[in-house]
Amino acid sequence: MIKYVRRRYLALRVECEGPFDRKTVSDALWNAVLQLFGEVGCSQAGLYLVHFDEEKNYFVLRCSHRALPMVKAAVASIARIGNQSAVVHVLRVSGSLKALSKRVTLPT
Amino acid sequence: MKFSDLHLRVPLNDMDQTRRMIARSSELGYSQIGVPLSFGVKQDTIDQLRQTSEEFGVDFVTRLDLAPKSVNELLGSLRRFRRKFEVVSVLCGSKPLARQAAKDRRVDLLSFSAVESRRCFFDWAEAELASKSSAALEIGMTQVLSLEGFLRVSLLSRLRREVTTAQRFGVPVVISSGATKVLLLRKPQDYACLTFLFDMDVSSALEALSKNPFGIVERNRVKQGSSYVAPGVRIVKEKARDSR
Repeated sequence: MIKYVRRRYLALRVECEGPFDRKTVSDALWNAVLQLFGEVGCSQAGLYLVHFDEEKNYFVLRCSHRALPMVKAAVASIARIGNQSAVVHVLRVSGSLKALSKRVTLPT
Repeated sequence: MKFSDLHLRVPLNDMDQTRRMIARSSELGYSQIGVPLSFGVKQDTIDQLRQTSEEFGVDFVTRLDLAPKSVNELLGSLRRFRRKFEVVSVLCGSKPLARQAAKDRRVDLLSFSAVESRRCFFDWAEAELASKSSAALEIGMTQVLSLEGFLRVSLLSRLRREVTTAQRFGVPVVISSGATKVLLLRKPQDYACLTFLFDMDVSSALEALSKNPFGIVERNRVKQGSSYVAPGVRIVKEKARDSR
């Protein structure tokens, strides 16, 4: 029987000293999880960058619900994106994209 | 829930940057900030910081960071400066110093070097002394964010051990940012998530960001008030003197 995978969606906001793109943010996230929890942790996290809004510095990340504390810790530990100082704030966590879009108010 | 950051290292010579950091702290959800000041800080600077904090709706707390080299130096500094600051933190660089700081009721926060793991003296004996004197263990989160590789591994391992010891002996833990720039500041909830790295549960972490620091500041403000006499003794009402 196939095991149903529960997921969590995190709405995140990036603040960075300079410009950044989807790839650099994605790399920073993967590196943070890899550095803190290793390859096994990374494989359990099931990270996927669902949505990326470059204008509003806002993105949505998907992960396994079991790995949520790991992912939140890794996100909070990000201090650099590329070669620039940066910070990633968790705005909201939800079980579905629909609920997340209802709950989160995007920064103007 | 109200949150406190008792270690916001603002650059006192750059008021614009200081203002930005205080504004950001308020934006991130802190309602109290502690700024480390030097012994000879001018009253004008304190007033300016307090005014800026009030502007952003944040309670301002004066803090003194002591890094003495000997027990005598620690005792001398405490005698001279304790009454002038609301929170006193001691960076314990040696075992005798750590023991003295832990048993002294005038010390609020015990902090240890993040990089030198051999200079960590928060063991069972230290925790037992601290639990009797109501000193708290301070954890600075900037080091957790900025260190990498072996140094961070060593720091996390040490923090895990210290937190377990503190919880076992009922020593309160205080989590503070220790941030020197805006991009090192995080939300209180983000710090609570980061404590997952050293096996601290979220509820204890939130307590370390709210109840414990607020308790320390409140206790010291009561002590510094004019009605305080001694532990458990305070002036409730003064008898009017005869003018004969």
